Amino acid sequence: MTKIDTSGPETVLPTPSHTVGPFYGYALPFRGGEDIAPVGHPDTITVHGYVYDGEGSPLPDALLEVWGPDPDGKPATADGSMRRDPASGGFLGRNGVEFTGFGRIQTDANGHWYARTLRPGARGAGAPHVSVCVFARGLLVHLFTRIYLPGDEALLATDPLLSRVHAERRDTLIAADEGNGTYRFDIRLQGEGETVFLEFQ
Amino acid sequence: MTLTQHDIDAEIAAEHAAYEKRVADGGPVEHHPRRDYAPYRSSVLRHPKQPPVTIDVTKDPELVELSSPAFGERDITVVDNDLTRQHTGEPVGERITVSGRLLDRNGRPVRGQLVEIWQANSAGRYAHQREQHDAPLDPNFTGVGRTLSDDDGFYRFTTVQPGPYPWRNHVNAWRPAHIHFSVFGSAFTQRLVTQMYFPNDPLFPYDPILQSVTDDAARQRLIATYDHSLSVPEFSLGYHWDIVLDGPNATWIEEGR
Repeated sequence: MTKIDTSGPETVLPTPSHTVGPFYGYALPFRGGEDIAPVGHPDTITVHGYVYDGEGSPLPDALLEVWGPDPDGKPATADGSMRRDPASGGFLGRNGVEFTGFGRIQTDANGHWYARTLRPGARGAGAPHVSVCVFARGLLVHLFTRIYLPGDEALLATDPLLSRVHAERRDTLIAADEGNGTYRFDIRLQGEGETVFLEFQ
Repeated sequence: MTLTQHDIDAEIAAEHAAYEKRVADGGPVEHHPRRDYAPYRSSVLRHPKQPPVTIDVTKDPELVELSSPAFGERDITVVDNDLTRQHTGEPVGERITVSGRLLDRNGRPVRGQLVEIWQANSAGRYAHQREQHDAPLDPNFTGVGRTLSDDDGFYRFTTVQPGPYPWRNHVNAWRPAHIHFSVFGSAFTQRLVTQMYFPNDPLFPYDPILQSVTDDAARQRLIATYDHSLSVPEFSLGYHWDIVLDGPNATWIEEGR
């Protein structure tokens, strides 16, 4: 059953998801995964926070991927997030010039993460946001959410997603402004203040 | 109270029966695990209790999630897809070749996307500092690979057969041998992390992670097929495993779904 017959849609069925498990840490994270913004770019922002479980304990082993457009609202097309050293096989990391829009961040032992990226621009019908995918041991299927930035309340009010979410849960999708281009965004997997997660159809 | 395999077996059977009943009552086929799957104890505090908010991608073709990060030749090295050549010596174990196609839900090849793998060595030990299993590390095997899918969607890795290993979900819990896969599609919505298994592993019925996929046919899609045409003479045994990415992509909009 693992050679897929592509002759008709009824035989092209999705490969099931599984947890990332506890041991991805030597495989998936890469040097500079959290430093996405080109060096010295004036539109750089820092987003940071914790990932919590249903008892409010921070997860020391969550993996976040972030994907956002540039300040003009364009999705990045440059590769080179990882850039490898052909001599050692190690990671050179980003070149500090090009914007790949993609970050991969493992929470630290305290369950904290950060990403330095470019302020996303407006795109389509929505208010500006960075897309997030959450992976963890214990999480059998990854979770999508979005980080919206505060400030332009009129734009946030007309966002097609935010306008559909109940007021008391809506704030889980909007980062808190801590000044100096720094924003706080915690992710609560379960329980009180549970983050709104998304399903694309 | 000690949690035994017998306890977990009973929970797995109950979850399976509950799924069969949902389908018999007209519920949809569930291709993916439910995040709330208690036999896998780590899931208990790590699954949302609120239903997800659905986003119909056909209503906004500009969604950033309909695009995907780019990876290129500079993000991989020439030995990345050969896990037996990443050190000065040969790793211990049975060499295998694992290959297949990356496809979307329309059966079309997904080209030029990043495929990453990681796995235990032939003794069932991960090269991870927090790994507690008392099996030998192999100085000639790290167990990490990367490649880009080709123009027909094919990927190919050379590695060694990973060993099964114990874990602490319950007493005498063992994971069947598997390779972890991380795959990107042409849209971020198609992102997939999963695990590939090997045919006829006796540990399948005991493993709450594999059994979290309660649909029998879906579970079979996680198991590679032995493929003699992929076996390399005097070198390796071949396994074929196609990957079908779920989640909408731009073709959803072209076809007006």
